[in-house]
Amino acid sequence: MIAEIGAFCAALALALSLAQGVLGLRTRGRETRAAAAAASAQAAAALCLIAMACLIVVFVRSDFSVSTVVAHSHIDKPLIYKIAGAWGNHEGSMLLWCAVSALFGAMFAGMRGAQSLGLWSKALGVQGFVTAGALIYTIVLSNPFARLDPAPLQGLGLNPLLQDPALAAHPPMLYLGYVGLSIPFSLAIAALLEGRADQAWAKALRPWTLIAWTCLTFGIGLGAYWAYYELGWGGWWFWDPVENASFMPWLIACALIHSAIVTERRGSLASWTILLSILGFGFALLGTFLVRSGVLTSVHAFAVDPSRGIAVLVLLAIALGIGFGLYAMRAHKLSQPAGFAAVSRESMLVWNNFGLAVAAGVVLIGTLYPLLVEAMGGGLISVGPPFFNLTVVPVLGALLLLLPLGPMLTWRVGDARAALKQLAPAIALALITVIVALWLSNWRVMPAIGLGVGVWLVAGGLIYLWTRMQRGEGRALAKLALLPLAVWSMSVAHIGAGVLTIGAIGETAFRSERGIAMVPGESVDFAGRRISLMDVGQVEGPNYAATRATFRVDETGRSASLVAERRLYPTSGMPTTEVGILGALDGDLYVALGEPVRDAPGAWTVRLYHNPVVQLIFLGALMMALGGALSLLTLMRRAKAAA
Amino acid sequence: MRRRNQRLIMIAAAGAVLVLAMGLTFMGLRDSVTFFVAPSELAAKAKPGRLLRLGGLVVDGTLARADDGVMQFEVTDGATSVLVRYDGLLPDLFREGQGVVAEGRWAPGEPFVAERVLARHDETYMPREVAEALKQRGEWKGSAPP
Repeated sequence: MIAEIGAFCAALALALSLAQGVLGLRTRGRETRAAAAAASAQAAAALCLIAMACLIVVFVRSDFSVSTVVAHSHIDKPLIYKIAGAWGNHEGSMLLWCAVSALFGAMFAGMRGAQSLGLWSKALGVQGFVTAGALIYTIVLSNPFARLDPAPLQGLGLNPLLQDPALAAHPPMLYLGYVGLSIPFSLAIAALLEGRADQAWAKALRPWTLIAWTCLTFGIGLGAYWAYYELGWGGWWFWDPVENASFMPWLIACALIHSAIVTERRGSLASWTILLSILGFGFALLGTFLVRSGVLTSVHAFAVDPSRGIAVLVLLAIALGIGFGLYAMRAHKLSQPAGFAAVSRESMLVWNNFGLAVAAGVVLIGTLYPLLVEAMGGGLISVGPPFFNLTVVPVLGALLLLLPLGPMLTWRVGDARAALKQLAPAIALALITVIVALWLSNWRVMPAIGLGVGVWLVAGGLIYLWTRMQRGEGRALAKLALLPLAVWSMSVAHIGAGVLTIGAIGETAFRSERGIAMVPGESVDFAGRRISLMDVGQVEGPNYAATRATFRVDETGRSASLVAERRLYPTSGMPTTEVGILGALDGDLYVALGEPVRDAPGAWTVRLYHNPVVQLIFLGALMMALGGALSLLTLMRRAKAAA
Repeated sequence: MRRRNQRLIMIAAAGAVLVLAMGLTFMGLRDSVTFFVAPSELAAKAKPGRLLRLGGLVVDGTLARADDGVMQFEVTDGATSVLVRYDGLLPDLFREGQGVVAEGRWAPGEPFVAERVLARHDETYMPREVAEALKQRGEWKGSAPP
């Protein structure tokens, strides 16, 4: 019964979003029609949320007459993973996509602010069609409420790798990010239809871009953290096509955040901002397509049915076709470029946009190239870390080199010499870092430069905070507390980028790794520590059986114990690795338990990793997301003050 | 005039960056791409120093530890089999008689030296090349995604 209520709500939501679309696009200047569109948006959102709630209830109650539940759940699964199982599969995740899209539509309907009727209602209408498209796809091609007759007594269980708290939150965060980019898309189409993209339009655009970017940052960070501690390979980013699928919209959203600032503050770059909005949503759809179509085979690819992939591709073609078509016809009417000099805040933001867009393009080429080669009959190839390290890293590195200059320059015409003078301590510190790193690492040039860039970002961000403090009065702490939130948000995000850079370069270049066979009682010296395998035993978990190894780690002055497990989930017959991680100031000691050694009774294979400064990677990502959230708070406060 | 100059400088710089990025991309696609090969294609496709992904089935009874402590096993596609040497821990799901992908380098007359070994991940997920290797051998069963 509950499944039918869910399916019915989804169908009703589809009708309402279509109404929202038609009413919003054809208001003919009448407020009542726009109000009706807004009401439809809110009702559609409520219905989508009810449908999602129904799906969760079906999962929690383990209703095995619903085929999605059978395929992805199991009675023995802990409650949180029953709930997370609702979106941990293709059908449920598509319903979540619809629900988020409808929810954002409803929020947009409730926050008109200073937007003109035409722009606001048209954006609402486009958003209605976006939701409707997603709902049609979900209902027709991947109905999460489809019944199974006869109902089996037990489900197949969720992939054990995905039974993890970070992964329970990872898909919803990414979807908030992906789908969050649909509102900028709707606003861009509305601006093209209206033939107007002014500062008020950019102001309306900014919070949605920030929500999307912040959620993407947080979601990607969570995914990287999960990969780090769950996969047991010591890595956190593999340039896997599925990771790239979320990285491309992130890069574009990052560019969009910055170009929207220019459009809001100075009125320029409007047509570029529109183009980025269309591209961002295009990349979000492409990401959904790549992940869900089964074109790439990986843990993420749930859909096996090729018709689904084609349907997503058709939706993508419609969205991009309309977007780019309108852009080609209307964009030239918009451009009212206010001038700026080659050295100014604007030009730095243009460079930021340029670098991010080029990086996204390179990632796109690297991700699609294997598909292209295979389609042309060129055999199977894979494009992996060597390609992306060669191409994306230099582009982003050059971009990061310019980053600290941006905030130090004024709008319109900036004074590069004065900015560099103020930044001199940061430059000196970065150069010292490069030299010391070269010396300590036996002349490894690339990591040394990378660390220098990271230090340059952090120090540059701190100097910016310092110069802003000088404008205030009173004691240092009072001045710091009085800094505008906008200054804080930007500084936290930019310093976070530096922290992330230091972590990523340090971990990748200086990690050490060793695989050995150990018998209980045996000790080994690794990364300045003595690691002893104390004991290996069996333990029972709620839905798995585990082999647990206890280690003792002795360093000068302290010792600690560490536990690593191998779990076997009987429902799927699949072993997973639960690594033991011991954090210290110089990084993580990371221990993974392997299998019993074939030719030595009692011995176990053990993989030891030392990952220096790895914590900085996740700290940096968190700081960037925090910067985004603070910026959103700034915008909300401003909107409240204006109202 | 001054404004036009500044605009020209920016466009020229952007063009230079773009050319550089494209150059790097083409270089990367030429040199940093990993080709997938079956054991019988090895001789035709291998070039000195090129990274390859060798896919096939591990031949039963060939897994052994060499005298120097390195693990070695044979990989076959039914027609040819190749000796693979790997200095490291084999993945959890590595089994004799099952699909495997070894990433590494090969020179004629020598064993394939693997830098990474990928095995089946679970019932439904396996590296794409493993699935492809099984298909080529006609050993593909099940409806799991290719």
